[in-house]
Amino acid sequence: MTQRVGIEVSRSIAIAVKLANVDVVSAYPITPQTHIVEDISELVANGELDASYIPVESEHSAMSACLGASAVGARTFTATAGQGLELMHEVLYVASFMRLPIVMAVADRALSAPISIWGDHSDVMAVRDTGWIQIFAANGQETFDNVLCAFRIAEDRRVLLPVMIHLDGFQLTHVIEPIYILESSEVDKFLPPHEYPLPLDPDRPITMGGLAPPNIYTETKKAQQVNLTAAKEVILQAWKEFGDIFGRYYSPVESYRCEGAKVILLAMGSFSETAMSAVDSMREEGKEVGLIKLCLWRPFPFAELRQAVKDADTLLVLDRALSFGGPGGPVASEIRSALYGLDKRPKVIGFVGGLGGRVISPSGFREIINRGIEISQAGSEQEFEMFGVRE
Amino acid sequence: MTKPGGELTWKDLEIGAVMTEPGNASQYQTGDWRTQRPVHEHSRCIKCGLCAIFCPEGCIEPNEEGFFEANLFYCKGCGICARECWTKAITMVEEE
Repeated sequence: MTQRVGIEVSRSIAIAVKLANVDVVSAYPITPQTHIVEDISELVANGELDASYIPVESEHSAMSACLGASAVGARTFTATAGQGLELMHEVLYVASFMRLPIVMAVADRALSAPISIWGDHSDVMAVRDTGWIQIFAANGQETFDNVLCAFRIAEDRRVLLPVMIHLDGFQLTHVIEPIYILESSEVDKFLPPHEYPLPLDPDRPITMGGLAPPNIYTETKKAQQVNLTAAKEVILQAWKEFGDIFGRYYSPVESYRCEGAKVILLAMGSFSETAMSAVDSMREEGKEVGLIKLCLWRPFPFAELRQAVKDADTLLVLDRALSFGGPGGPVASEIRSALYGLDKRPKVIGFVGGLGGRVISPSGFREIINRGIEISQAGSEQEFEMFGVRE
Repeated sequence: MTKPGGELTWKDLEIGAVMTEPGNASQYQTGDWRTQRPVHEHSRCIKCGLCAIFCPEGCIEPNEEGFFEANLFYCKGCGICARECWTKAITMVEEE
């Protein structure tokens, strides 16, 4: 019987990892990811989870150990945040190209300097092009469910790619939420045992990650691009099946109160839940505003996004990261690019805010929406605006 | 991999471009950027094999008659064999 319990989101991830019955976990603790790996190491130490927990001296080693484990066909999990994700950076590309279905929870955190242990999406955006599937969770239940979905998606024969589940550092990792914790027997129905098709095996020697000279490198990258793009269909199927079994459905782009909305705000992660309150109150005042929650970041859901914004005049995009000296936030930039070729498209206005753990309250989101409406009518002298910055 | 690397399309690749055939690096033509090639003059060759010893690519081998020849699939045209040959049996000729 599925129980709904009050639990810290990080701890629920550890339970999801246990329910997925992983074989190998290799991780290095870093705030705000720490509770996830602490709990997993306890589960392994006290015999509740039959897995190898490999403590390592850095995140570079953590991801490298995960490569090896995944390459022999082990179900593999890790978690990191901020600087740790950056230290893994070069190994992330290896995992995706070598088609190793590692699952990683990322407790999204700002990057140094100055030192900030708090949440934003600077770390995520820096690993945007590493070839991983990337899913954003907005609350504890979404995080728990998507960790389980991640194994299912990653290990699907048509996919075989690593998956990052993003959850906002502190704003999600450290909050206690009511979460439906699934039973092991139920999870087994959704998540079959992992069988990697071409593992490292002394009886069938292969070379993984070999040299690709100029005469073949381009073909390898085309294969990778096709593979990651095609993964979207499998992600949709997995979410559909998860919903059919457990009653909670997920989609790449979620629209909230967008009926008839001329102005739509787009946000990612936990901030989208706060923005819902702002949209609710503005709707009560009769304003035609709506919200889009972008859940699937890679592969980018072009069709779903275009469909979701087709009737809007103005699309406000909130980024929790900044591309210095560039066009503003990376998300706004990509969305502009995704819509540019359409005959009818909303005007895209970028905001950057919520950096380094700074909270945006519902009234803050109201301010963003109102300012966005002003800009759509009168324009702005800047390419984008930083919300809440003291001038 | 049954085809040489330069003929494979992206659809021919194994999962993660895994190599299932050991030693297939030998199929990679590394001599295609050569600007000059060695020409061996057999009438001057004393079959000492010094060219093969000095060849940094290890691509010079004796033929059936015992004369040493460079394998142009791998030879990069560095000219060390011509420089070291006692009897000046090797001349470097520009590639067209």
